[in-house]
Amino acid sequence: MKIIVNGEEKQVEEGASLIDLVSALDLKPERVAVEVNRRIIRRADWASTTLAEGDKVEIVHFVGGGAR
Amino acid sequence: MTDSLFIAGREFRSRLILGSGKYESFDLMVKSLEAAETEMVTVAVRRVNITDRSKESLLDYIDTKKYHILPNTAGCYTADEAIRTAMLAREVLDNNWIKLEVIGDERTLFPDNQGLLEATRALVKEGFIVLPYLNDDLIVARRLIDAGAAAVMPLAAPIGSGLGIQNFTNLRILREQITEVPLIVDAGVGTASDATLAMELGVDGVLMNTGIAGARDPIAMAEAMKHAVRAGRLAYRAGRIQKKLYASASSPIEGLSK
Repeated sequence: MKIIVNGEEKQVEEGASLIDLVSALDLKPERVAVEVNRRIIRRADWASTTLAEGDKVEIVHFVGGGAR
Repeated sequence: MTDSLFIAGREFRSRLILGSGKYESFDLMVKSLEAAETEMVTVAVRRVNITDRSKESLLDYIDTKKYHILPNTAGCYTADEAIRTAMLAREVLDNNWIKLEVIGDERTLFPDNQGLLEATRALVKEGFIVLPYLNDDLIVARRLIDAGAAAVMPLAAPIGSGLGIQNFTNLRILREQITEVPLIVDAGVGTASDATLAMELGVDGVLMNTGIAGARDPIAMAEAMKHAVRAGRLAYRAGRIQKKLYASASSPIEGLSK
């Protein structure tokens, strides 16, 4: 099924969880924060959060920046 | 003698806060942080690049046991965007501190007072330690403190401009009037003397990024800033002499050989 991750289309398996997505993207869980359809999902809930067709996922991390 | 800075009950021995942007490499950033002997580093929140995973993560380089991470809402133009960014930032390290920026204008990066107040109120209610970036405006500073800000961080000059303190009068008034929370100069510092002048005015700390990251030798400038902030702080505490128009001899007048 298709979902949108950070504005880009991404194919994931039917019934994939958020933790499946994070590991498929090769991201370190403790380095990122995730929103699904504009709702923040806490790290502890990633495994129990099943993705659905068309879900909009935002994955952010920290980058260099100060007073911009 | 310890002369620590306390923000929301947390102790910082260094009064210099650094940004982590604009460095040519993570390595240069880390060495600059070390040279500055800072204890707090501000970081931005951005989308992970999911197509190019080659880029390393900032947190792989910053030792979070050594440096307190201060996520920021740089690049946010509305209270809602800033609130959303703060909420996301909190999840990354389970850290409720936020350097709040709500920008009102792209060219100047001046803050939007109304958005800043709205976001401060909302985030304080959510349990955040809010450190807002604001204009050198006493009234806005007071409203932000009323809204629960843990510090107020007025600009010395536009972000990244390196112009140094543009309005000494406003900063001096802020220093006299703001006693409830720390007063930190955020943005506009171009070189070491700018930081010293700010500290000599009695501000509690200085936050900078471009002044160091943009210097020809960032590590050397970071060290200069460390000394500048300390020198300014010591001079402020020491109490400067009054300025006089005429000379006043330092050597005894009596006992001259004739």
